[in-house]
Amino acid sequence: MLNYVIRRLLIMVPTLFVISLLVYVIIDLPPGDCVTSQIDELLSRGDPDALRRADELRHLYGLDQDLLIRYFRWIGGVFRWDFGLSCQDTVPVRDLIGERLALTMVMESCTILFIWTVSFIIGVYAATHQYQLGDYVASFIGFIGLAVPNFLLALVLLYVGKVYFGLSIGGLMDPEFIDKPFSWGKFWSVAQHLVIPVIVIGTSGTAGMIRRLRANLLDELQKQYVVTGRAKGLPPLKLLIKYPLRHAINPFVADIGHLLPEVISGSVIVSVVLSLPTTGPMLLGALKTQDVNLAATFLLFVAVLTVIGMLVSDLLLAALDPRIRFGATSEK
Amino acid sequence: MSDTAERPTSNTPHYVNAAPWDPYVSEKLTAEQEKYYMAGQWKLMWWRFRRHRPAVVSAAFLALMYFSCLISEWIAPYDLQTRHIKSIFAPPQAVHLFHEGRFLGPFVYAQKMTRDMDTLQRVYTEDLGNPQPLRFFCRGESYQFWGVIPGSFHLVCPAEDGTFFLLGTDRLGRDMFSRIVYAARISLTIGVIGITLSFTLALILGGLAGYYGGWVDMIVQRLTEILKSFPHLPLWLALSAALPVTWSPLLVYFGITLILALLDWPSLGRAVRSKLLSLREEDYAMAAQMMGAKPGRIIGRHLLPGFMSHLIASATLSIPSMILAETALSFLGLGLRPPITSWGVLLNEATDINVVAVNWWLMLPVVPVILVILAYQFMGDGMRDAADPYA
Repeated sequence: MLNYVIRRLLIMVPTLFVISLLVYVIIDLPPGDCVTSQIDELLSRGDPDALRRADELRHLYGLDQDLLIRYFRWIGGVFRWDFGLSCQDTVPVRDLIGERLALTMVMESCTILFIWTVSFIIGVYAATHQYQLGDYVASFIGFIGLAVPNFLLALVLLYVGKVYFGLSIGGLMDPEFIDKPFSWGKFWSVAQHLVIPVIVIGTSGTAGMIRRLRANLLDELQKQYVVTGRAKGLPPLKLLIKYPLRHAINPFVADIGHLLPEVISGSVIVSVVLSLPTTGPMLLGALKTQDVNLAATFLLFVAVLTVIGMLVSDLLLAALDPRIRFGATSEK
Repeated sequence: MSDTAERPTSNTPHYVNAAPWDPYVSEKLTAEQEKYYMAGQWKLMWWRFRRHRPAVVSAAFLALMYFSCLISEWIAPYDLQTRHIKSIFAPPQAVHLFHEGRFLGPFVYAQKMTRDMDTLQRVYTEDLGNPQPLRFFCRGESYQFWGVIPGSFHLVCPAEDGTFFLLGTDRLGRDMFSRIVYAARISLTIGVIGITLSFTLALILGGLAGYYGGWVDMIVQRLTEILKSFPHLPLWLALSAALPVTWSPLLVYFGITLILALLDWPSLGRAVRSKLLSLREEDYAMAAQMMGAKPGRIIGRHLLPGFMSHLIASATLSIPSMILAETALSFLGLGLRPPITSWGVLLNEATDINVVAVNWWLMLPVVPVILVILAYQFMGDGMRDAADPYA
């Protein structure tokens, strides 16, 4: 087991390295840099020292250096919790991302919890009530979650929530709490604002989960040991929870690996639509203006989160399933 | 042999049936069974697929959609870019059949625009005294069919100097229905082209990894792991932000398709790899190798056909995610750019909540998106069930 953990941890390092390098290079790829647009603006205003300022700024941001040198400087800084300067207002990236990252993580963990609870309940219900009304309703919800684009759902729910329920949305808390220290009032406000994004981001993941759990559980329910148990007179609920569910739950845990990237992708687009103060809108802005340090830092964090999530899911799976714990990990 | 036994003296005619003996005479196959046993793999799959009702309906629907792409110019009453300055943000015009209790055929009422002086919004009302019968198979706006042949034939046209906005108009007064019809061309092809690219990538890389094993396998495996473990949307965003602004919209279209494919192949590639790993140990693969067949031939000619149907089915199932991805990218403004118009580009206009509240018809492009994705999903499910006809 320990060996397994260590091996997984060792694989993480090159993975993260490759991702960060790739991301850094890709963002820097298009012609021009983040200074270009600022200078263009100055030039159009007829500022005479625009060009001189451009050189100054480029020097400040280190843009006059080679791409690889910049990359290694940035990645070296990361270990000292220093992510370089953001191009926007010449502020350190560190100051920009702190709260956003925290809120993003809160939102994403809530979403995953939501997906788990909802799909667990609906999935088990649908499997035990196969071909009944509830089953069809569950499948229907599943398909809707699969087919309706996230951002549209977000818009519509935003509208419905605003008009019919008076939920104040947009943002992640009421304006009076912004930049205030933690308090229960703030907590409650954040919780209220989280409802819609969590539902919206959660639907697509929930759809897949329900389908898989239902299929797995149905497979198990047809097996002979279940029939035997029923014949021996085990109470139905005990029979369900104690045996087939334990088998069917396995993919549930294994799926965090797929779920996490999906949730992160979803949260980016949804938070752009709902203008949440999470990483999404800022990432989009940074990508559009080629703010390499800022965008690369966000993406690196996303990668770290994902890789850690994968690790946790693999470890949970290994703890749950002896077949994985004792070898047989190389294939598959 | 002695001759003690008495020879038959009588001349009973000895009858021999000249026809060959049929060993299955007791269990005669009916014509139907015969057909079933003689059918090839693909035929069996087709039969199986046919039994899956939703899949067949979906396939028909998709066929219809793709067919409509061929004749978008005929279906759309207006051109993609035609602007109607007098009808900006006009709501959908309902099609009526009866005017004042009299049958008139399909017609629309003319729209009258007034301004609400409090909100400065345009308010459109139906002019009930002015029915405008639609014309069918008619000459209307001229266009370049597929950008080449000039023409002006449409299936439906508005009345002379009337309007016909089945799904309303957008902020420049362009007919939404026509735009949706034209956008189908882009949205529907991007999935297919993208999946073709990613399919090819998966075949090549997965094939190499599965057949050779060793360090090739190692590299491809790590690559798929990295690509699979990273959230796609941020990476898509980064990649499409990297497409130079100076590119022509058509180049951007191919660029986006390539980007979608680049991140999509890993799961297919994995399937190819694991299948090849097990199949290459089969005797027939060994035999081919012994006879001196080159790896390319063994993979392409002997191994791949064994699970091609599975691959096609799972490829079909990943088309929806490509269409959704393109829609999302364009919606965020990092995907396709006008004048290339996809459903995502159209939805880009519906980013604002005010749109949802006031001009709800701008969200209508989402309807074909949902329908097409559901259809692909059902068809893919049906194909997956049919992929293994001997099961």
